[in-house]
Amino acid sequence: MDVKDVFRSLSEAPGVSGYEFGLLELIKQGCPWADEARTDKLGNLILLKRGQGPEPRPKVMLAAHMDEIGLIITKIEKEGFLRFSTVGGFDQRVLLAQEVVIHGRKGTLTGIIGAKPPHIQAPGEQGKAVKMEDLFIDAGFASAEEAKRQVRVGDLVTLKRRVSQLAGSFLSGKAFDDRAGVAAILECFQVLSTVTHQADVYGVATVQEEVGLRGAVTSTYGIVPDIGIAIDVGFGDSPGLSEEETIKLSKGPGIAIGPHVHPKLHARMVETAKEWNISYSLDPSPYPGGTDAYAMQVARSGVATILLSIPLRYMHTPVETLDYRDIQATGRLMAMFIAGLDHEFVEGLTCF
Amino acid sequence: MLLARLTQANGAPGQEDEVRDLIRAAIEPHVQIVKTDALGNLLAIKNPDAPGPKVMLAAHMDEVALMVVGIDGDGYLKFRPIGGVDPRVLVAKTVVVGRKKVPGVIGSKPIHLQRPEEREKAFTIREMVIDIGAKNREEAEKLVQLGEIAYFTTEYEELGENRVKAKALDDRVGCALLIRLLQEEVSFPLIAAFTVQEEVGLRGAGVAAYQVEPDLALVLEGTTASDVPGTDDHKQATALGEGPAISVMDRSVIPNPELVQELLALAAEKGIKVQVRRSTAGGTDAGQIQLSRAGVKVAVISVPCRYIHSPAAVMCKDDFEGAYQLVKHYLARLEERAGLS
Repeated sequence: MDVKDVFRSLSEAPGVSGYEFGLLELIKQGCPWADEARTDKLGNLILLKRGQGPEPRPKVMLAAHMDEIGLIITKIEKEGFLRFSTVGGFDQRVLLAQEVVIHGRKGTLTGIIGAKPPHIQAPGEQGKAVKMEDLFIDAGFASAEEAKRQVRVGDLVTLKRRVSQLAGSFLSGKAFDDRAGVAAILECFQVLSTVTHQADVYGVATVQEEVGLRGAVTSTYGIVPDIGIAIDVGFGDSPGLSEEETIKLSKGPGIAIGPHVHPKLHARMVETAKEWNISYSLDPSPYPGGTDAYAMQVARSGVATILLSIPLRYMHTPVETLDYRDIQATGRLMAMFIAGLDHEFVEGLTCF
Repeated sequence: MLLARLTQANGAPGQEDEVRDLIRAAIEPHVQIVKTDALGNLLAIKNPDAPGPKVMLAAHMDEVALMVVGIDGDGYLKFRPIGGVDPRVLVAKTVVVGRKKVPGVIGSKPIHLQRPEEREKAFTIREMVIDIGAKNREEAEKLVQLGEIAYFTTEYEELGENRVKAKALDDRVGCALLIRLLQEEVSFPLIAAFTVQEEVGLRGAGVAAYQVEPDLALVLEGTTASDVPGTDDHKQATALGEGPAISVMDRSVIPNPELVQELLALAAEKGIKVQVRRSTAGGTDAGQIQLSRAGVKVAVISVPCRYIHSPAAVMCKDDFEGAYQLVKHYLARLEERAGLS
């Protein structure tokens, strides 16, 4: 099983927030190393790999969200054009001239996001971004009647993009945020299958992160972990961004430090990286929030959490770009961290 | 399908080789002479020595694209458009670069790190780069050279009941029509000119017309369709599904009025749905052909295409078929008039 291939399939599959069900089989089949797989009421997929320690074993939860940002049909115009709204945060400027997949009532359809042509725009308009409300989807329908046979208001739309293999181990595509994190969990499980570990490991592909970290809330409540590790994407170095707001690609994960990161987990993660010669970056994170770590931390009576960030360029666009080796490094780092855990360390997490 | 292969071939102005090779292979069985000139125009000639009107059909092979003009220290490619490209359509698209067809992406700053007012401003070409995943300049230079071309990667696909999505429909639709029309049996000299460099100023067409010395020329194009939300009816240059568009005037040419009327009358007679192009913007190869030597009577027949000069355009197959029927009937009419049949 090559996790990289699983990652490619996950990226290309649709799974807008709240509609992640198409991903479940891909993830389950991509993870032969789990002892058990189940879903909860919100649709989180929970993979369990049992530890070899005596019961009760410490519980480590790894969380990465599988949902992606997308679009939702809001109106069918009389000429057959489709109006839409967004699910999750899109920069309106990346949507123009994108190809999309409409998940219609009779299957999927290709469409293009259009706007009125430049030559009939007023002078000065060309320097301005085309506004979200002026965009529409053209799926080749000649009338509203034709459109309504295939599409309904409320149908979901994903961006259409295959994974591109760039130079070296760089890949580009859609929904790497946060299927990259899901792939890191699979990589971690694969490494764990080759080492002994005391803790039970719950790998969770969470739902609805992009609309408010919702899947992490219920799955953490259900699992009651001792340690929560959120794996999400972080802003990778790219043109127009300063060094202090980014993590460098090809240097392993960012290990976050900040209010939502337990200091002892941070210290142990850094030690583990050094011990196993896994490269990493320090990722100062002054504002908690924006990732599943935020939701996990305050579940029940509180969970010691940490956040690992896989550096990603062009986040929330359909050309998200990363170095696959960073996903592997993240998986390996988590596995070695878990292999080194014992009861004593876990008990120490509540002692300040 | 021929149009699919034509649109998926790459041909920036001056680098039309892939398109030319495809066309050459498709037309060779149907014509007596195939030749190229110093600019790269491909001329296909039927009945070179026959009497009668010498008729030229023209379509351009080139498409708008991006040229790599710089490679920065981090291995990103700087680029400029060749031909008219609205920078706004480039954001977050995939491309292939150069002879090695190196995959690349045009990224943009994540929304999370933007100030709200930034989102109202369009990205400029100077702000954008192509990311090929190279670690630095040296690695990038191994894959791409300055002056190489980046192309959109859009695949040909059918949409709805009778529509098509593809890149470079402007003007591979014209090329596809010409290839089909060359299979018609006529007795007069018929010359198909597949021209180069239309998108950078109608460079090939004049040179081609000079060699052909036609009595009459029809230019087959893909033209802007603006029948989309937000556009008033009277500003819609053409609309999909209304048939091929016949030009009365654009920035480059006033097509011969008699010829225009004749085409409109012929369409009515044969029951072919046509529309008059309702914009005077834009230019076509007809602008150069009309000025060749002592002048040439020209007309322009276009297949309406939405979103031209962007990664993916959309056309209606009925309009394409209508354009074919109209020109075919016109050639038959010429044949009758010359007393050849």
